[in-house]
Amino acid sequence: MVLPEWLAEPGLNHFLVVSAILFSLGLLAVISRRNIIMILMGIELILNSANLNIVAFSRYGMLDLDGHMIALFVIIIAAAEAAVALAIVLNIYNRFGSVDVEHITELKE
Amino acid sequence: MGLENLILLSLITLFLPLAGFVLLIFFGKRMPREGDWLATATVTAAFLASLVIMFAKLATPETVTAGWNWATFGGIPGVGEVTVELGILIDNLSAIMLVVVTLISMLVHFFSMGYLEGDVRYSRYFAYLGLFTFSMLGIVLTHNLLMMYIFWELVGVSSYLLIGHWYEKKSASNAAIKAFVVNRVGDAGMFIGIMIIFVHFSTFSFDAIFSAVSAGNLPFESQAWLTAAGVLIFCGAIGKSAQFPLHVWLPDAMEGPTPVSALIHAATMVAAGVFLVARLFPLFTADALLVIAYIGALTALIAATIAITQYDIKKVLAWSTISQLGYMILALGVGAYAAGFMHLVTHAAFKAGLFLGSGAVIYAMHAALHKQHDHQTDAQDVRNMGGLRSRMPLTYWTFLIFTLAISGIPLTSGFLSKDEILAGTLAFSTLNGHYLLPLIAFAVAGMTAFYMFRLLILTFHGKPADEERLTLVREVPGVMGIPLVILAALSVFIFYSFNPFGASSGWLFQALERPASVVPEALAPATWPVLYEAISRVHTLVMILSIVIAVGGLAFAWMVYEKRSVSADKMASAMGWLYHGSRKKWYFDEMYEAVFVNGTLGLTRISNWFDMNIVDGIVNGAGSVTRSVSKISGWIDNTFVDGLVNFLANFTGAIGMRLRKIQTGSIQNYLVFAVFGFLIITILILAI
Repeated sequence: MVLPEWLAEPGLNHFLVVSAILFSLGLLAVISRRNIIMILMGIELILNSANLNIVAFSRYGMLDLDGHMIALFVIIIAAAEAAVALAIVLNIYNRFGSVDVEHITELKE
Repeated sequence: MGLENLILLSLITLFLPLAGFVLLIFFGKRMPREGDWLATATVTAAFLASLVIMFAKLATPETVTAGWNWATFGGIPGVGEVTVELGILIDNLSAIMLVVVTLISMLVHFFSMGYLEGDVRYSRYFAYLGLFTFSMLGIVLTHNLLMMYIFWELVGVSSYLLIGHWYEKKSASNAAIKAFVVNRVGDAGMFIGIMIIFVHFSTFSFDAIFSAVSAGNLPFESQAWLTAAGVLIFCGAIGKSAQFPLHVWLPDAMEGPTPVSALIHAATMVAAGVFLVARLFPLFTADALLVIAYIGALTALIAATIAITQYDIKKVLAWSTISQLGYMILALGVGAYAAGFMHLVTHAAFKAGLFLGSGAVIYAMHAALHKQHDHQTDAQDVRNMGGLRSRMPLTYWTFLIFTLAISGIPLTSGFLSKDEILAGTLAFSTLNGHYLLPLIAFAVAGMTAFYMFRLLILTFHGKPADEERLTLVREVPGVMGIPLVILAALSVFIFYSFNPFGASSGWLFQALERPASVVPEALAPATWPVLYEAISRVHTLVMILSIVIAVGGLAFAWMVYEKRSVSADKMASAMGWLYHGSRKKWYFDEMYEAVFVNGTLGLTRISNWFDMNIVDGIVNGAGSVTRSVSKISGWIDNTFVDGLVNFLANFTGAIGMRLRKIQTGSIQNYLVFAVFGFLIITILILAI
């Protein structure tokens, strides 16, 4: 089977497209999901799309190992951030009895 | 006696009654007998001092003057330095007047001790008598117009206080106000006259004014102004001496205590006007003197016609006073200076006597009515008297002498002076044809004799109105009787001239030489140089005529009221409107009521209307204009200024309301905005 030319040799664009799709899905999750946990998962998706981008740029661009380093940093910070975010979610749940962002509109007042 | 001592003595005379006034007004109530002895003592001392002054002055032809600078005003624009002087002037005129004033005042003091015994304001009465005497002495002694005006007003004030002595009576307080206000009318004229003279000459002193005028210096360089000044100053005399048309206050002034009437009518107050004319005699022009003569004649006639029909014993005397004052003014007007002033002196004695005599009658009547427990009958109405002769012999005989004197019967003082006045008037008319003046003068002489004997007969003769009352009438006590005797003695010719048929040879007439006129020759009375000759031509004729007329009037009164051979009622009805006019005092009071009182009230109403409608209207109009302007500006403020501010606030608020809609509080919304905002910005950046 002959692969179409844009599939035959994966290049930077492919990664960028995948990353963009991943980012869009993450953003969609952040914007449209009501459950905070789902929003956090969307954020993780966005972070990972960014990691994918950075790693792709270190393979095809001029970032070299710096890209990998940045990606590792991002993964570590994401882990820490997830821990902090889950703690906040727990507090929110304690306070409002819900993890539905629709109910949490304190900023409006 | 040295002349300086005379000045000192005159000052003592002047201030003694004032001292009495001051002491009595403050301490009178606490003194024994409420201090009447003190007032009487001061006036008696003043009388003795004036006697000394008179004898000392009459011995020397010199005039004694002394002046002190009171106030000096420097650098008045157009005038320079003006000095106002205080001063004393003693000439024969003031020396004689001093004795008249203090003598009558002294006798009135003595009489009042009896008449007002037990009065509520006994000490105050004597204090005011002292003030009155002081004021009159001031007029007599002063040597300038300003001081004369001040004392003139003081006389007005003290007469007001004394006429209104029994101010609980409405009629008395009204009479006091009337006397004061009517006098003010004359005083206003006098003040204008004084100011005309002062503005031009910058001095008040008589001597300075006379010498300036005789040097040809006329007020405002005009002869008319000189006449006007004279007539205006005479206005003061019209008021004080109760001349027509300001005579209305004097009969009402009878509301005061009777001794006060005696004082007012004889020596103070009414004599002041005559004295003023005599004092300023050289200043009057021929025209002014003619006015004075006619005013005097008119007054004499009007008052005499009214006196005939009055029934109140004091009112008859009041009208007779006005009539006699008219004589004096007439005499001065025609140039019979000495005769006019002599009549003032003789009249002072017999009129004071008449009033004190009537006071005695009223006193006795009051006492009798009191014993009868009769409080309705008028003690002053002659119709309630009659036959008093038998019960009050002393009062009757003295009253008879006074009546003979005022009627001008020979051997009395009144005959001397009245005869001279009539002679002067007739002589005046033979020289320039004013025949109305002697005609009036003789008619008034007849009427005077008639009404005075009418009064005497109705009071003392005839049938008593009430027999029982007559038996209760008692003769007055000695303190009231003695003044009557003294005054009766002074009504005899011998004190004024040794010749009972010619005053001109008497000392009084000699002492009162007519001062030379100072006005320019063209204005001076042309009759003066020849008047005395003319008088001596007509004198015998006048004497016979005046005796015939006086005796005729007397006899007629005797026939009508004593013999009753002519009915008084028939005569009255035959006279018709003349009788009614006279009875109603020729309606002067009603006329003044209609014209001046109602005119003033009308004017008040008009000015009140003006005030209420025009002035208040303007004020209210200004108020409402301000109100509407402020309303408009308030509306502008509320609508535009506030509107703008409110609009801004509302606008901001509305925008805020709209903008807060996007502030949902939902984190995801914000995120959407952020994303789309980012996208738009990116697109915009890329598009550029």
